[in-house]
Amino acid sequence: MTPHRFTFDGTPLTAVPGQTLAAALWAAGITSWRTTRHRRAPRGAFCFIGTCHDCLATVNGRPNQRACLLPVRPGDTVTTQEGTGHDPVR
Amino acid sequence: MIVGAGVVGAACAYYAARAGLSVAVVDRGPVAGGTTGAGEGNLLVSDKEAGAELDLALLSTRLWRELAEALPPRDAIEYEPKGGLVVASDGTALTALRALAAGQRAAGVTAHEVAPGELARLEPGLAPGLAGGVHYPQDAQVQPARAAAALLRAARRMGAAVRLGEEVTAVLTGPDGTVRGVRTPRGDLRAPAVVNAAGTWGGHVAALAGTRLPVMPRRGFVLVTEPLPPGFVRHKVYAADYVADVASGSADLQSSAVVEGTPAGPVLIGATRERVGFDRTLSTEALHRLAARAVALFPALERVHAIRAYCGFRPYLPDHLPAIGPDPRVPGLHHACGHEGAGIGLAPATAVLVTAALTGAEPPVPAAPFRPDRFTP
Repeated sequence: MTPHRFTFDGTPLTAVPGQTLAAALWAAGITSWRTTRHRRAPRGAFCFIGTCHDCLATVNGRPNQRACLLPVRPGDTVTTQEGTGHDPVR
Repeated sequence: MIVGAGVVGAACAYYAARAGLSVAVVDRGPVAGGTTGAGEGNLLVSDKEAGAELDLALLSTRLWRELAEALPPRDAIEYEPKGGLVVASDGTALTALRALAAGQRAAGVTAHEVAPGELARLEPGLAPGLAGGVHYPQDAQVQPARAAAALLRAARRMGAAVRLGEEVTAVLTGPDGTVRGVRTPRGDLRAPAVVNAAGTWGGHVAALAGTRLPVMPRRGFVLVTEPLPPGFVRHKVYAADYVADVASGSADLQSSAVVEGTPAGPVLIGATRERVGFDRTLSTEALHRLAARAVALFPALERVHAIRAYCGFRPYLPDHLPAIGPDPRVPGLHHACGHEGAGIGLAPATAVLVTAALTGAEPPVPAAPFRPDRFTP
């Protein structure tokens, strides 16, 4: 199977078709793709079954995607999610 | 002897202990394990028409403000005097809202009409095209489970005993029918007065005491969003038709948008009301309506995830007023239940009324409208 190409914070990566984003990031040696809201501490995958919401990532501009459940699609643009992932309200 | 460790029982324990009474609280479950833990923590005057319940709410608003200062900061009850904003979608709703607000002002509520063009200043995320609104600065919010726990801790510091995981299986009475205490699997607990603060299960406790209180469950769902930045929703914001839903006696599913932020970030979306017994089955219809109505008020919510939902059972009495005070049918039995969706808000004033009855003090507001024996069999 041809691997899917995607980017994480601008770096080109590949995923096996059907592989979740969290698995693909781990396979690339990346274990953190989010910071917490208050202390900006790094977070990645923890439960791997969609329950803990620790692995949230911003995918194609949409924040709070659970990387452990989301299969990578060709051309996905994944970015580190800072805090809530939403722009501050002015 | 207070039956129930929800916010009403906790408030009764606090005020009774503060009045120097010897207090014990017993609950079959944990603190805030029933309706208190399923609530949003609203302390509202805005949703009540002028009358006895509004008078109670106004008193409670003052008492919560005092409690927020008196309770230790480490208990973090998340008291937020954020104010309420009721919005009307069209002219008909605005006319009704204005009439409601006029009656409330006469009863002592602060209510400022907000012109359509001014709504965005208060709530930048509101949908355009609303007919207007009314701002209620006295509306506030607490985190209800934390508030109940904080009140119980404070009561314990004043000597109250708290017995959790202990179910009342009987109300003990003497030969003349006077209450003598309660029975639990761990033994008999003697007390000259028993306060029924069992919330939605208050009818059951009344039955144990040989009397009747027609408390029924009125189910409500709350939809919880992913955490959003501060300021996304600033007030408790709801549509004017919510007030009509609250006052309705229908058993069918009713829904109106009630949207508010929390200090932790998630936005809470209520409110549905339906009488379906104690059925906890997830209702996709209820959640669908909540989401649709919330998006109609705050269009940006359309791009926000709802991460979970929960439900609870409001203690519903047929005339929407709580039962507070001594039960003349069973000497020594007092009630403090049946607050429907207003129990967090009304808890301190309820407790003050109960404590006044227990100590023989003059109640700060008339207790007669809340007489527990007002329902005909």
